[in-house]
Amino acid sequence: MPLFRKKKRLRKLERAEERTVRTEGVFIKCEKCREVLYRKDVEENLRVCPKCGYHFKISARRRLELLFDEGQYQEHDAQLVTTDPLNFVDKKSYKQRLAEMQKATGLLDAVITGEGTLGGYRTIIAAMEYQFIGGSMGSVVGEKIARAIERAEQGRMALIIVSCSGGARMMEGVFSLMQMAKIAAALARLDEARLPYISVLTDPTTGGVTASFAMLGDLNIAEPGALIGFAGPRVIQQTIRQKLPEGFQRSEFLLRHGMLDAVVPRKELRPYLIRALGFMMDGRR
Amino acid sequence: MEEEFEQLDGERRQLEQKIAELLPVASTEEARRELQRLRTRLQRLEERILAHMPAMGRVKLARHPDRPYTLDFIERLFTDFSEIHGDRRFADDPAMVCGMARFHGEPVVVIGQQKGRDLKERQYRNFGMAKPEGYRKALRAMKLAEKFNRPVFTLIDTPGAYPGIDAEERGQAEAIAYNLREMARLRTPIIVTITGEGGSGGALGIGVGDIINMLENAIYSVISPEGCAAILWKDAGQADKAAEGLKLTAQDLLSLGLIDRIVPEPRGGAHLDYDEAARLLDTYLVEALARVSELPIDELLQRRYEKFRRMGAFQEATEEILRQLTNAG
Ligand SMILES: [Zn+2]
Repeated sequence: MPLFRKKKRLRKLERAEERTVRTEGVFIKCEKCREVLYRKDVEENLRVCPKCGYHFKISARRRLELLFDEGQYQEHDAQLVTTDPLNFVDKKSYKQRLAEMQKATGLLDAVITGEGTLGGYRTIIAAMEYQFIGGSMGSVVGEKIARAIERAEQGRMALIIVSCSGGARMMEGVFSLMQMAKIAAALARLDEARLPYISVLTDPTTGGVTASFAMLGDLNIAEPGALIGFAGPRVIQQTIRQKLPEGFQRSEFLLRHGMLDAVVPRKELRPYLIRALGFMMDGRR
Repeated sequence: MEEEFEQLDGERRQLEQKIAELLPVASTEEARRELQRLRTRLQRLEERILAHMPAMGRVKLARHPDRPYTLDFIERLFTDFSEIHGDRRFADDPAMVCGMARFHGEPVVVIGQQKGRDLKERQYRNFGMAKPEGYRKALRAMKLAEKFNRPVFTLIDTPGAYPGIDAEERGQAEAIAYNLREMARLRTPIIVTITGEGGSGGALGIGVGDIINMLENAIYSVISPEGCAAILWKDAGQADKAAEGLKLTAQDLLSLGLIDRIVPEPRGGAHLDYDEAARLLDTYLVEALARVSELPIDELLQRRYEKFRRMGAFQEATEEILRQLTNAG
């Protein structure tokens, strides 16, 4: 039973993820208030600093568990891997980079997609994994998200994409760029089918991910303090050669400039999404 | 690659010199035959040189200061061009040119990024880097085309969308994202041509369409070679290597199935002969327009969807691949 064995292999790969979590230290330093905190306290607080409310990044796996009812979902397309179409080599080969990332994260690429219920509403959620080459979008991320959108459309389900990405994946060249067009085209169809798509932007969401699906939600909502933008702050600084304003490209800045519907703390995210899905789905045919 | 190119280029110079020397004295039959032989050799050599040109050579040609820009092409390819301005929301963006025009008599909309020729114009055009209002103006022009059932031609030539504070404040990402989605379902044909620099999302923001043409020496890339080198090599000086690795030339992208057609340029590059460059492009645009015009719009949209839907390089992990991964861990 090759399929069964494949699943077992994938599960074995996932244990790598648990291993990395366990071997980290007992303490963690908050990047914002610089307080040294018990890791356990931070984890129990959904990886939000209990002192200042700073939102630490969370893994794609944990994100799905936090959002779906009872943390239960059926994962899709877990076995997709890139073919390294450009045979890309910089200081190291892309193939080697991928192998290292796969080993470190227990994932084959930078997104997990799954189906389950959220507040009872049948929902597909895609969550991006920042640990995997900065959550960058190559062919696999593009394909998994496009399939997630098509599944939502076919099954008349809601779609939520939780972005956490530095943008397109350079090592796949124009293939990465075209994932933006591919996903946007799929979202056009979901829009025409009048099905919900909620974009959740987390720290960081930049580049080609922001300039495609992350800004195309019926609702675009963000976690507090997330870096969100088209160009990265360093590129902008180099271009304009002046100091960037305080809070530039953070969630609250985008909210003020009309780019977001709401900034929602992690603890309130699930209830917020359930309310939104109620508005979009209740009693509709 | 680089060395072979230099060597071939040296051979070409020698050969050209020989021909030049022979030309005034080629009065005998034998000399004329020799001249003909040399010319054939030169032609073959030029073909080989093009095939061996380092990617960075194409980047330089695509960015050549004398390269024909969007308005140069518009002037030569279209008649009755009337520019339309403004996004009706914030401002007019001189880095993005939009207008109504006629193409071989037929009413069309034409859109493209515009670079400047001298310092003053370069600044005015913001070096061809459009802001959100540019992308929103472009979409407004496309909706106009849709309403009156006119085809859209886009001409892409930009280092990228503008990375600045004001552009971020006004939603550069949203403007591009929105264009991608709306272009995917715009109910009129869209013919895209990358004429010079196809700089990432800023290019794609007017780059979704039914047929994607690319000029022979144009480039199309997810990031500039310099930017890529700075990030991955931690050394912008490695841009040559990055350019090679990114597979950003028309030849590479055609073989990867990411564009549809390569439009030939005049010998030596489009910057040497604008009229000829436009004439060569015209043939391709005529053919493209004929092809998209014969399809019912729903079928055209279905094909447009599938065109981008197919783009991607992935596979199902086999038992073998997964075993390697788990064993490596
Ligand atoms: Zn803190």
